[in-house]
Amino acid sequence: MEYTKALVLGQEEIAPDIYSLTLKVPFAGQARPGQFISIYCRDGSTLLPRPISICRIDAEGSSLRLVYRLAGKGTKEFSALKSGDSVQVLGPLGNGFPIEKFADSRVLLVGGGIGVPPMVSCAEALSKPIFAVGYRSRELAYLLPEVTAYPETCIATEDGSLGTRGNVLDAIRASGVEADAVFACGPAPMLRAVKAWAAEQGVPCFISLEERMACGVGACLGCVTKTTGVDSHSHVKNARICKDGPVFAAEEVDLS
Amino acid sequence: MINKMRPDLTTTLAGVTLKNPVMTASGTFGSGMEYSEFFDLSALGAVVTKGVADVPWPGNPTPRVCETPSGMLNAIGLQNPGIDVFCERDLPFLRQYDTRIIVNVCGHSEEEYLRVVDRLADEAIDMMEINISCPNVKEGGIAFGTDPAAVERITRAVKAHARQPVIMKLSPNVTDIKVMARAAEAGGADAISLINTLTGMKIDIERGTFALANRTGGLSGPAIHPVAVRMVYEAAHSVSIPVIGMGGIATAEDAVEMLMAGATAVSVGTASFHDPFAAKRIAEGIEGFLARKGYGSVKDIIGIV
Repeated sequence: MEYTKALVLGQEEIAPDIYSLTLKVPFAGQARPGQFISIYCRDGSTLLPRPISICRIDAEGSSLRLVYRLAGKGTKEFSALKSGDSVQVLGPLGNGFPIEKFADSRVLLVGGGIGVPPMVSCAEALSKPIFAVGYRSRELAYLLPEVTAYPETCIATEDGSLGTRGNVLDAIRASGVEADAVFACGPAPMLRAVKAWAAEQGVPCFISLEERMACGVGACLGCVTKTTGVDSHSHVKNARICKDGPVFAAEEVDLS
Repeated sequence: MINKMRPDLTTTLAGVTLKNPVMTASGTFGSGMEYSEFFDLSALGAVVTKGVADVPWPGNPTPRVCETPSGMLNAIGLQNPGIDVFCERDLPFLRQYDTRIIVNVCGHSEEEYLRVVDRLADEAIDMMEINISCPNVKEGGIAFGTDPAAVERITRAVKAHARQPVIMKLSPNVTDIKVMARAAEAGGADAISLINTLTGMKIDIERGTFALANRTGGLSGPAIHPVAVRMVYEAAHSVSIPVIGMGGIATAEDAVEMLMAGATAVSVGTASFHDPFAAKRIAEGIEGFLARKGYGSVKDIIGIV
């Protein structure tokens, strides 16, 4: 974990309000799929760092690709960053997905909403990844070249303009895909459905959660998730998403 | 003439000498573990821990935090592991550092506060801070801190049990902070600290509901700093016990303002979220300010306005 200035290597809007930002950071080689970094705004009037998941890790080039949605004041500021600018960052943060354990397994990578980027970094580290992604429409389908580079990719769109009409679970069921494990990142209703599907299939499932964060390092207890067992930090049933997560075994968290 | 000596940063609270006047604000720094990965906690005058109760508290539902202009709202609800885990895990961790340990104590009732105070009696801690000002729990907390008779009563009860000096942490959500400061002093407090957060509310207009699950939260950050300076000034001029000033301190200059307003020491809180090194940087910056202005000691600027 390093608090440092990052050099902007490039940025482009890859879909409406979806930006791809590449940063040169000294800690790129330590980053793991499923981890995130905190990006800080220019001054303290926009106080809190923004947690952004890692989409691609280039250890040799010491760079990270981040793909984020323009959602407010902070991401608006980041969207104006240009090649050669510098920005304050902290990372890598959080635990990441259990890549080593499933390196040679068929892992279904489920991404919805702004949850697709961490799945791309997982795919690059796994030998048998299978993508299942959900979008609103073809026009809003970002990272499409990355996810369709793999065979067996299932795609759903709400309006049916690409792939299966419906949500990502509809696409998974329609394809009849089988997997040894599931990694997922996306909105809570999607994660609930993925957790249930993995339980039906009897395969292990790991989900990445998001929540409003403040410190990003586990000190403030702002971003917690309900857990089924007593958490190790506070000895209640509220684990810290930024520090103990963001990836949890699905059965460890209470998504109700 | 330029003073070439390094300024004396030491300051004394109720007989406890701090190497510098910078401490952490309770609830923003855990028990220091997370921030010890950034810098040596021995750089601080004291670490003030997150509030600890007699038993584990789960805290509030999420969302617990949101950003506001030059600040943030939080409604964590004092999630904490309880005093037993705290004494076994957090205190031994903090004792590795050459800094003072101030334990923040919370409770829903006088009995709960006293159970924690009693449990701390035989622990090697330097001071305790009694949180009678948390706006995010329904009982205890601010319910005690907004009634001068209750402030005096709980202070007296804690003092009768405490083996270490007692700091009463006051709420700004009152009509007259001077009355509360005097009530704590009358109850026998060794020091007072202020301000805790100001109660606020934010509406998420896209979702058409409250931004925080708790509806209200405590406002902190640079937005509240001028309010804090005014209240610290008023409190310091109402009592003879030391005042610890906090509220929106993000730079050494903010800390110097607080000292000049009458604070004997200061706490850095929300600023750590924008810069994990904030507390250390502010301690260094105070030294730089004193040297630049030719002050020999931090004591030379306390309460000069």
